[in-house]
Amino acid sequence: MSYEKRFDGRAFDELRPIDIKIGVIKNAKGSAMFKIGDTIAIAGVMGPKEVHPKHLRNPEKGILQVHYDMMSFSVSDRARPGPDRRDIELSKVIKNALEPALILNDLPETGVYLYVYILQANAGTRCAAVCASSLALAHAGIPMKDLVPAVAAGKVADKIVLDLSKEEEDHPEGATDMAIAMVPRGEKITLLTMDGNISDKELRQALEYAKKGCMQIYKLQKEALRKFLKGEEK
Amino acid sequence: MGEVLFQEGDIVLPGDTVAKGMDLLPARGTYRDGEEIVATNIGILKRRDNIINVIPLFGPYVPRVGDQVIGKVIEVGYSHWVVDIGTPYPAVLLVKDGVSEYVDLEKVSLDRFYKKGDLIVARILKKEDPTFIRITTRGPGLKKLTGGKIIEITPYKIPRLIGKEGSMVNMIKNKTNTNIIAGQNGWVWISGDPLDELKAAKAIEIIENQAHTQGLTEKVEKFLGGEK
Repeated sequence: MSYEKRFDGRAFDELRPIDIKIGVIKNAKGSAMFKIGDTIAIAGVMGPKEVHPKHLRNPEKGILQVHYDMMSFSVSDRARPGPDRRDIELSKVIKNALEPALILNDLPETGVYLYVYILQANAGTRCAAVCASSLALAHAGIPMKDLVPAVAAGKVADKIVLDLSKEEEDHPEGATDMAIAMVPRGEKITLLTMDGNISDKELRQALEYAKKGCMQIYKLQKEALRKFLKGEEK
Repeated sequence: MGEVLFQEGDIVLPGDTVAKGMDLLPARGTYRDGEEIVATNIGILKRRDNIINVIPLFGPYVPRVGDQVIGKVIEVGYSHWVVDIGTPYPAVLLVKDGVSEYVDLEKVSLDRFYKKGDLIVARILKKEDPTFIRITTRGPGLKKLTGGKIIEITPYKIPRLIGKEGSMVNMIKNKTNTNIIAGQNGWVWISGDPLDELKAAKAIEIIENQAHTQGLTEKVEKFLGGEK
């Protein structure tokens, strides 16, 4: 049996519906919500602030600290509150995905604190988190080379697909998902994590799909920022 | 010959290519990527001769020597005060920069001049690195503030709040009967009748939210115009 038609009726290289809101947290310096399908990520930026513990300070440039966490109610089984092994790992992965795009040289000795929470999880949480985070950082006025869009691509049964949903990840014939974050300027890939098996040829095609998806998200991110700035005019 | 791809005064986003060509120079809020000049912040494009600037709309306060700021005393030491001025690391106010008279530290507690929680108008005296900023309260217009309240806005919007030769802030002062002092660090002190204070704060919020739009003075005037 092969995977002829996607569970939600999308084309194989089509993204789930995306909704972006900027400035959702008033007390944070910058914030954004990124919703893709049923996955919702919300990010808030504090700082630049003083860095503790002191040994993390860098007199050359600022540092980025990321806290990724899933809400207890975000998954069907209650997730234990607080960061677990996976959350700590993803915090690191998200930090690595965003750092190449940031210009922190003007903020020496200080730290930018990024908090990103998953309100609802339905596959692709790390990608949603990266998208929300880069918008929140832009809103906080942290200098950056470019926004960072991210999306997952992969293989469901025998088909290459873009932006897997939870249903597809749990496909009985097996699924591979590969999260990709990209700095659109120069098409530099800053995040690539994969789970499953995939052949060389299929990987290349999945990468192609992901790049295309990233560019679509990038466009939406910029649109959302422009809309937000227009909204402020009212 | 280089070309600028946006109009002067347009809003640009990080990653937007604002200009092309090697004869144009990237300045604040931009960087060079090959032939292109790219914005690093959400901001407004400004061009002076062949220098391309992006004035950020959001962002942290970066102290510069000579800035007038508003601060809050958070610690009183033996011979200095520690003052929060909205920067990552607090500023230091030494006795010699804080008071003009002779102080015998053996006999006098510095509480006599500025207590913890006091608000002051100060000027940045020296900045060696971001962890060590020295300020002074000796100079014209620098003083301790009594009463009133503090609101925080984005530092880059302070020039808009002040307006041309203080036109905007004077209008708010006159129409709401309050006294307002704006610090370059984005802290604004408002003092007056509680209701007037609230009204002035609302007017400043309008400026903060719409700093990048045209006809801002009229909008604020309209908001304040309703009642005297």
